[in-house]
Amino acid sequence: MTTPETASPAAFGDAQSIANDVSSGTRTAASVVANHLDRIATHDGEVHAFNVVTAERAMDAAESIDQRIAAGEDVGPLAGVPVAVKDNMCTRGVATTCSSKILEGWEPPYTATVVERLTNAGAIVVGKTNLDEFAMGSSTENSAFGPTHNPWDLDKVPGGSSGGSAAAVAAGFAPVSLGSDTGGSIRQPASLCGVVGVKPTYGAVSRYGLIAFGSSLDQIGPFTTTVADSATMFEVMGGHDPLDSTSANQPALAVSSKLDAGVDGLRVGIITEMAGDVIEGIDADVIARLRAAATALEAGGATVGEVSIPSSVYGLPAYYMVAPAEASSNLARFDGVRYGLRVDGANTALMNTASRTGGFGPEVKRRIMLGTYALSAGYRDAFYGKAQQIRTKIIEEFTAAYEHFDVLLSPASPSTAFALGDKAADPMAMYLNDVCTIPSNLSGQPSMSVPFGVGDDGMPIGVQILAPLMGDVVMFQVAAELERVANATNEAGA
Amino acid sequence: MYYTVDRGPEVHEPSIPDAWELVVGLEVHVELSTKTKLFCGCANHFGSEPNTNVCPTCLGLPGALPVINAAAVTSAMRLGRALNCEVKPSVMARKNYFYPDMPKDFQTSQYDQPTNENGWLDTPAGVRINIERAHIEEDTGKSTHVGGDGRISSAQYSLIDYNRAGVPLLEIVSCPDIRTAEEAKAYVAELRGIVLALDVSDAKMEEGSMRVDANVSVRPRGSDELRTRCEVKNINSLSSLGRAIAYEAKRHISLYDTGDRPIQETRHWDEEAGRTRSGRSKENEEDYRYFPEPDLTPLVPSVEELEAIDASLPELPGAQRSALAEAAGISAPDAGLIVERGHSQFALDTIAAGADGARVVVHINNNLAGGLGELTPELFAGLVQMETAGDLTSTQTKTVLAQMVESGGTAADIAAAKGFEAMDTSELDGMVDDLISSHPDEWTRFCEGDEGDAKKMAGFFTGQIMKATKGQADGKVIAQILNSRRS
Amino acid sequence: MAESESLSRDEVAHVAKLALLDLTDEEIDLFTVQLSGVIDTAREMNALDLDGVQPTHHPLGLVNVMRADELRPSIDRDEVLAQAPAVEDDRFKVPPALGEA
Ligand SMILES: [Mg+2]
Ligand SMILES: [Zn+2]
Repeated sequence: MTTPETASPAAFGDAQSIANDVSSGTRTAASVVANHLDRIATHDGEVHAFNVVTAERAMDAAESIDQRIAAGEDVGPLAGVPVAVKDNMCTRGVATTCSSKILEGWEPPYTATVVERLTNAGAIVVGKTNLDEFAMGSSTENSAFGPTHNPWDLDKVPGGSSGGSAAAVAAGFAPVSLGSDTGGSIRQPASLCGVVGVKPTYGAVSRYGLIAFGSSLDQIGPFTTTVADSATMFEVMGGHDPLDSTSANQPALAVSSKLDAGVDGLRVGIITEMAGDVIEGIDADVIARLRAAATALEAGGATVGEVSIPSSVYGLPAYYMVAPAEASSNLARFDGVRYGLRVDGANTALMNTASRTGGFGPEVKRRIMLGTYALSAGYRDAFYGKAQQIRTKIIEEFTAAYEHFDVLLSPASPSTAFALGDKAADPMAMYLNDVCTIPSNLSGQPSMSVPFGVGDDGMPIGVQILAPLMGDVVMFQVAAELERVANATNEAGA
Repeated sequence: MYYTVDRGPEVHEPSIPDAWELVVGLEVHVELSTKTKLFCGCANHFGSEPNTNVCPTCLGLPGALPVINAAAVTSAMRLGRALNCEVKPSVMARKNYFYPDMPKDFQTSQYDQPTNENGWLDTPAGVRINIERAHIEEDTGKSTHVGGDGRISSAQYSLIDYNRAGVPLLEIVSCPDIRTAEEAKAYVAELRGIVLALDVSDAKMEEGSMRVDANVSVRPRGSDELRTRCEVKNINSLSSLGRAIAYEAKRHISLYDTGDRPIQETRHWDEEAGRTRSGRSKENEEDYRYFPEPDLTPLVPSVEELEAIDASLPELPGAQRSALAEAAGISAPDAGLIVERGHSQFALDTIAAGADGARVVVHINNNLAGGLGELTPELFAGLVQMETAGDLTSTQTKTVLAQMVESGGTAADIAAAKGFEAMDTSELDGMVDDLISSHPDEWTRFCEGDEGDAKKMAGFFTGQIMKATKGQADGKVIAQILNSRRS
Repeated sequence: MAESESLSRDEVAHVAKLALLDLTDEEIDLFTVQLSGVIDTAREMNALDLDGVQPTHHPLGLVNVMRADELRPSIDRDEVLAQAPAVEDDRFKVPPALGEA
């Protein structure tokens, strides 16, 4: 199959090369941003990665960066690097919608910590990207503003919920973007769009300004075309934030420190349940790429084994209790009183109800209902309570596994990108997309998807690397090795 | 620290019929007087311009997160220890319900793991009220109902100010141990005294920094059942508390008397009408769907921290009463008013300076309600000593005391300036004897009449002597002389 | 799906009320089926022996994260009120609490 024009990761170079060029004066930030804005203008009509493109602001920011560089200033490791921000992170004065009618047009009076840190490091926000409404979904079809299309095949989904951000990087609209991952919302679209996507250890990156879905699961992370760019993004964004009580009290993890170290002597464990028949519905070509990745690591000097995480099969039901429960509470505030959509009613409660009913889409309503039920009198212990116990089980099993392995491997997504509309009617079928990614949200450990070849349909496939809590450094180390092997294979094939 | 408590006018509720017993539990919300709110750095300040002390966190803006105020947690633990609670590892929890004053449409509170549990408080009368829990939570914003007569039921719309949203509260939940309206008032007054002694809140019922909800039910006296209770809200003074409880109890009794029964509901105290009114009837039972707040971490006080808190607690009203009672030779309840007014240390210092305890207590209770002014324990002790030595009559003492409060100075100087000189008792002896001989009929009635007559005639003789001495004679001495002449 | 274990239509309607969502009859029907499917899957959790297993609420297990009682600037009132659906006298305006439908 031929690659459409819409797919062109790193169309104007990766973040590292852009930052080098801009810092050294080889390219101006203004020209870099203009290139990307042009490409967005040409192709985003088809891809629909963006809810809003902040062209003017971006050009202003680029010019000010160019002036600072001209004045001899060091503007930071992301000098002039365009970044696309998932539209569930607050940006002061720029509409932040969560792809929901209920927040349409809302301009937050403050900016998320991660966005501040990126722009302080020289990055330039070029727009806010589409998502499944309130990050609830795995295809970006649940957006109130229409679906995002996979740049590799416009008839297919980009995955979700961070589909807009994954697509933006795959389409070359920006070399890097931000996503959020509650049950796989970075890793699954990264896999489907053929880019690197990282869910850091819970607490390694601040959530302040991320519009919450499942607070104990949500984590912000980057999409990039290279592992090294993800590492830079992580190091810029990460580290303690006094505004987030769940943020780890330590500096950003030095995830770029071992990118060149190779994997000699590392112990790699394939998660049994996700590599065969235990969890059904994982495609054979996906499992084949997983095995190929393991073989590649073995060739690099790692030892490879298998390890069972028996409770991981309960990850999906546990997740679909915990995340909706937290969401039902997090989304209560959308009541038409202080911001966002108001639909009138004769009294406050009727106004609240009318606003929520008119403002939320069907999937959001479904999850609010599910979560409300899971927490309601008489059911809380059986559903929400049990799910939180399963988290403990999963953590214990992972902890035991890491006594024998440095990292674990699994697929990131059970399949390659599927056709738009294919799973939209059946929520349970859609939920199964998250089966491989959910366990590490429940446990809090880091995990990432690295592109490793294509499936039978020619569409990208990512391999998921998991590491212990705060073990992000070794995860990146292994990711860099897989990337080297994948690049070598591509070059050999080209 | 000196402070006063407004007990409100004494209200004499017709007591409830003997066949019934009142069962009351109180939920008292105390606003902690920290500099900033519970979860953000906005000012915790009453009376600012509307919506000026707000930020993404206390407005519940999407994406904003809470970080708990360490000072609020410490205040909560101090109050917990002062209420004899076990201070335990605790977990903040979300209480989910829709309410426009509450920006997140859930209240961040505590549920099954509150900071303080299983305490108690003794009222000045010595009644022990058990305390189930005292938990940390956040306050809501404030709605003003516009249109109609200003009542919520007839308003055309409401306006919301979120300055108060997120102000730290401690909710103190008593067990249903309270049996009379007076006991309820005494409990709240005592709790307020403790809060003020700890300096963790200004606890002003009229400004809402201390709010009391009463769970009221009745039962046949002698039974130990717990019948349907109603939660009475909107009580904003101690006297309203007493009246609301009495009203509600009688309402329940008359319902039972007519074969009916109360329904469990929230009712609002209508101060003007002097009655409670039903709140909005709820179609379904509340289902708050509590769960641990994922955006906050558990609070686990260390042993050292708790020891430091215990060591830092000031002397609380109960201990102050005991100390004063012992020093003054009075009962602990009789020391109540002085402690409540914050004068117990002053009284102790006065007694230590050599004054008679009982007289010190009498003067503070009766003659110093307006404040201590320029009075010091030493000066005060000097005055009381003059009085007990018989150098000043009680009336003169009162006059001198008022002057000392106003301008300071020693009792001796003021007494001299006012020309108060103690009368020689021998002079009084003669005056009484003269009076007896010039009024034989009155004397006979004094000696032989019934109790009423004797009293009347004692008054007559005392009055005559007072007139002759321009009020400088000591009434007690006159009475002694009269009695000594009787037999 | 075992019929006796699924959600009832009434339960779905009750939950919608708790969540302040006004569902049409068709939506209630659809949600009854869809949510029952998820709930039935959730019941798979019953297969695990979870006796005595502590729940995990915080992946990192942090405790005592607090801030000092120090003032931080509040935000500009006008910027906040500009986003509100209705405002009067610098306050957020809402319909009456008890207005008749
Ligand atoms: Mg409360
Ligand atoms: Zn605030």
